[in-house]
Amino acid sequence: MLRRSFVLGVAAAALTGLIQTAVPSAASAADRFITVASTTSTEDSGLFGSILPKFTAKTGIEVRVVAKGTGQAIDLAKRGDADVLFVHHKPSEEKFVAEGFSTLRKPVMYNDFVIVGPATDPAGIRGGKDVAAALSKIATAKAPFVSRGDDSGTHKAELALWKTASLDPAKAEPKESWYRSIGQGMGPTLNTAAAMNGYTLTDRGTWLNFKNRGPLTVLVESDKRLFNQYGAMLVNPAKFAHIKAADGQAFVDWLVSAEGQKAIADYTINGEQLFFPNANEPGA
Amino acid sequence: MHDFSQAMALAVSMIATLDDGLMQIVGLSLRVSLTAVAAATLIGLPLGAAVAALIFPGRRAVAIVLNTLMGLPPVVVGLVVYLLLSRSGPFGVLGLLFTPTAMIVAQTVMIVPIVASLSRQTVEDLLVEYDDLLRVTGAGPFRRLATLLSEARWSLVTTVLAGFGRASAEVGAVMIVGGNIEHVTRVMTTAIALETSKGDLPMALALGLVLMTLSLAVNLAASLLKETGERA
Repeated sequence: MLRRSFVLGVAAAALTGLIQTAVPSAASAADRFITVASTTSTEDSGLFGSILPKFTAKTGIEVRVVAKGTGQAIDLAKRGDADVLFVHHKPSEEKFVAEGFSTLRKPVMYNDFVIVGPATDPAGIRGGKDVAAALSKIATAKAPFVSRGDDSGTHKAELALWKTASLDPAKAEPKESWYRSIGQGMGPTLNTAAAMNGYTLTDRGTWLNFKNRGPLTVLVESDKRLFNQYGAMLVNPAKFAHIKAADGQAFVDWLVSAEGQKAIADYTINGEQLFFPNANEPGA
Repeated sequence: MHDFSQAMALAVSMIATLDDGLMQIVGLSLRVSLTAVAAATLIGLPLGAAVAALIFPGRRAVAIVLNTLMGLPPVVVGLVVYLLLSRSGPFGVLGLLFTPTAMIVAQTVMIVPIVASLSRQTVEDLLVEYDDLLRVTGAGPFRRLATLLSEARWSLVTTVLAGFGRASAEVGAVMIVGGNIEHVTRVMTTAIALETSKGDLPMALALGLVLMTLSLAVNLAASLLKETGERA
């Protein structure tokens, strides 16, 4: 008897667990929500936490954000696992549209990158306004530079900036020991740079929201080449039948509407504005 | 040392005030991991007992494969489950990606080998004692497994706990298949990873302490259950 009751007990417990799991997920599936593939910079900087409740309050559409590097976010959208793509690497976004994964990319806003490094500044780049010159100095001084190395928008921007300095430490042979590619997100990259007294490129939003700065401080900023454009687009419903086209498009439209643009401009940390709406700027 | 005392204070205050956000994350962690453990138990115990007590071709090979799979890297499990559940994958129509159900599937896949392997060993040891008896009573294979599992039930509590430990502690798989979506698929381990990436190390550590407390509570409950059961 005891045996049977034991087996039954285990089975009953397991079944209850499964049912409890199935019920809430069925209930939440009935709610109106869209899935947005976006980047760690928008999530970690707190922007989404500030603007999404305003959109949800107006439309009743819940926005579920999956925050990855730009490369990974694009891959996710290409598999049809997100309704909207909201990232920051214009060439990749235009390719996404050209390949038919979306019909229209809309420019939304920009923020900027800064070069941070140890306050002791062994490469002597502090206060410079020329990012190419600063990178050359870091390379000459062979000071540690931590690279995202994860195919994110920030990583791609970093590689492009090295090119403006006519350098390519990522591909150098023999390997440059001061150039450390760690293949991780912005936060872990800043943690690593702080721990090894290294320089790195970061978006200003993540930096302002980042708490474990250690010896790091902003050394180079405000070069035009450090501006970072964000674009949003609905994943093409013609490619994937399950895409929530109406609700997804409502989100993209809201982002570029006067209301959405104001919500973006209103987000500040310690009084500092992080993202600058520019949906109406031609060619952005 | 400052970091640790700060984390400790944060953890205590979060637990004491039953912080709303935290409770939601804790609840989801428990729901996902306990369901995965229940499913893995239903699959793993009979499987382990069968490999231990039934004679069939390839039995040794199955045992070795199960032992090997105990070391499945969570990231690989996550990736495989992601590719299967992705809209472009074979089970995409179910729309399960980025839901708690996807996380349960991934954790179940990860811990079935642990439950099966450890229970196989337990049952094999027990078989030395019971083999003759089972043969004399002429028990069929189903009866044989049920008897052995039932006799070993209190030893198997530890087996199930090992599975729970792995499930509740892993981050790689649930991060990929759950997506760490706030209020939907954020669990303790992915929240810890997120706070670490924000550089809020005391908060990350405090969440770690909360997770350990949770694990302690589950283990305590299991230990009490086992003790009461053994005495009865």
